[in-house]
Amino acid sequence: GGSSGAIRTFRKLEGLFCVYKPAGVHWKLVRDSIETNLLKGLNAAPSQPLPHEVRLLAQPRHESEASKGLTVSAVSVPVLSKHPLVTGPEFQHIRVGVGHRLDTFSSGVLVLAVGNGNKALNDFYTTRVTRDYTLEAEFGTATDNFTNTGRVVERSTYDHITQDKLERVLSMLEGVNQKTLLTYSSIDMRSQEAYEMAVQGLLGPEGKSTPILTGLRCIRFQPPNFTLEVQCLNETQKYLRKIVHEIGLELRSTAVCNGVRCTRDGLFTLQDALIHHHWTAADVMQAIQLYHSTKKNKKPSKAANKTSALQTSEDNITETQQSEINDGVAR
Amino acid sequence: MASTCAQLCLRGTGPLYSKTVSSTWQYYTRVQQRIKVTRVPTKVISGLSIRGNHTTATTLTRLRWKQQICFYSDSAAKYLTNEAKEGTNTQELSRTKVGAHKTSLLPTRDAALTTENSHISLDLDPVAQPSALEEISDEEAISISVPSAIPPASTTLRDYVDKSETLSKLVQLGVNLWKLEKRPNVGSMLLRLNFNTDVTPRLLFLKDIGVEDSRFGYIISHNPFILTESLENLQARVNYLKSKNFSSETVASMVSRAPYLLNFSVNRLDNRLGFYQQQLSLSANNTRNIVARLPRLLCGSLEPVKENLKVCEIELGFKRNEIQHIVLAVPKLLTANKRKLTEIFDFIHNTMKVPHHLITKFPQVLNSKYLRLRERHLFLEYLGKAQYDPTLPSYISLDRLVSLPDETFCTELALATLEDFYLFQKTL
Repeated sequence: GGSSGAIRTFRKLEGLFCVYKPAGVHWKLVRDSIETNLLKGLNAAPSQPLPHEVRLLAQPRHESEASKGLTVSAVSVPVLSKHPLVTGPEFQHIRVGVGHRLDTFSSGVLVLAVGNGNKALNDFYTTRVTRDYTLEAEFGTATDNFTNTGRVVERSTYDHITQDKLERVLSMLEGVNQKTLLTYSSIDMRSQEAYEMAVQGLLGPEGKSTPILTGLRCIRFQPPNFTLEVQCLNETQKYLRKIVHEIGLELRSTAVCNGVRCTRDGLFTLQDALIHHHWTAADVMQAIQLYHSTKKNKKPSKAANKTSALQTSEDNITETQQSEINDGVAR
Repeated sequence: MASTCAQLCLRGTGPLYSKTVSSTWQYYTRVQQRIKVTRVPTKVISGLSIRGNHTTATTLTRLRWKQQICFYSDSAAKYLTNEAKEGTNTQELSRTKVGAHKTSLLPTRDAALTTENSHISLDLDPVAQPSALEEISDEEAISISVPSAIPPASTTLRDYVDKSETLSKLVQLGVNLWKLEKRPNVGSMLLRLNFNTDVTPRLLFLKDIGVEDSRFGYIISHNPFILTESLENLQARVNYLKSKNFSSETVASMVSRAPYLLNFSVNRLDNRLGFYQQQLSLSANNTRNIVARLPRLLCGSLEPVKENLKVCEIELGFKRNEIQHIVLAVPKLLTANKRKLTEIFDFIHNTMKVPHHLITKFPQVLNSKYLRLRERHLFLEYLGKAQYDPTLPSYISLDRLVSLPDETFCTELALATLEDFYLFQKTL
């Protein structure tokens, strides 16, 4: 027969979406539970009725009459070798890929792709994609793994730290990172092209490079706790925790990271992220449909998937950089 | 003339080839007549394998001429068996693999060609093959032996299920053959069973002790070895349980929910019952109670249970009577994962600041999901409502905290909307 309901449902499931990964859970477990839930949803579709085949069953009447002739009756029986209890469920495995990984300690936006969406995932991550993080930190302690769960290495006072001093350290770090950004972008710095790209915020490394922070600011300061907002490229969460540790050192004290939360990954924001209550096949399908429709609306032309993804991600960055400039002026 | 024709055949240019072939072969019919039949088989099968692409052209053309041949190798085999003068010789050869003599015969192309053509010319004889359109009597029809469609060996039961009465009836009972065939040797074991002598008596036995028909599929899917356990043993174990004052309904329910139960010897069952009674210092009634509610306690190993009890006493710091009470309320904790148990206890006692006696009062919290408990507690803390002491006002009971569904939790305990709760989860 034609494609079953399950296969048609699967076609609707191919694409990208993002989930909110809880802290303390390995990203692989998240990926596995999503796959399990999707399989549950797909295999729950009513299966096609069993095909029947006609079999001729011989029924000899008596011993004496055997040679005279045989009665054969045609019986239509279901073909049990196609029964789901014998063949297994229709879908036994789905390709679910993970975008930029979040380590076990961190939480936040985790991009996943289903089926054909995995191709889009590869394209997505070869372009210049930035991510936003919120880092919860605390003064007074230094540990071996830069988090509050590690072994304490040093304790120090933090009364001397003011918000002003913190801001100064942050802008120094930003300056250093800006320099790294310029070093990695492959354009002659003295050209008009470089100026135009800088204005648009398109400067930066293509592909892999060392982690670069394109934006860094403090959004809450209540000693000993403080919260930082970071935009970065090619980062790892461990690098971000190390930044917190280094900020503590720059301020002649110590600091430790209590939480790393990814709030944006490329085009996927917290708003789109599905919490674990919504990791069912139906909710995932809805999220993927939403992703497809926003992609269609954002891209006027089909050509140059790469550049358009680049530009839309840059729009976000430009906005935040504008807000940074405004903040800088306001200070 | 012959050699040039041969060359033409070997080069094989599409439609031209088919026309020349027919003329060449007819030419050869007249010339080659003294080829021994016995030598034909070997060269024929292998000679054709050399052909490669050409074989398909020849096969197609021959199909057009004669309607009765399908696969060339099959037809060759049939032809050889029908016409066999040296019976055994041809039988063996018809079964040899097609490509076996490939390399050895490559240099001798001409020889292969001539023998093949002679074979083909023999095939063209009108008396060679009975036509499929001929009418034959019923007895002859039945005496034609049809090769069995069942493979002698297979990795899946799919190939056998339609032909085997046992397997078909098992599928109708609801047994999950797909899962069972993954286990080593289970598939073969099931195939060898005879439904009437092996399966039926045991199913009737289960029915006698009170197990419902609808559970047969579940039981066999999880424990196919119940079909190979002797009936005396099964009866002895049921008698033992009854002697320990388990009622018949309880025994039926235990067997339904723990399919492996009756495969264990009376000794082992006795051991375990004794263990639970001693270790937990429970009365006979209470022991029966927990075993009836969680029959797999009698099936699994005792080591993890011993470790869990040690953890509860030493690491978590519960007193003996507290442990008794907890196990009576939630027997599942005896087989819980040690690490998860410690993790959730740590959160409840150290983060939520709930004392031991309160946890003992609500043991279900130890059985709940860690993440769920964490996000609910943090939400209540954010709202300033995280108060679990019954002596103080606006108290939140622990059992409601973990058991209520999200919506009821939000409206009754947290006094907030569901949306707020979901948004809050994204800030953790």
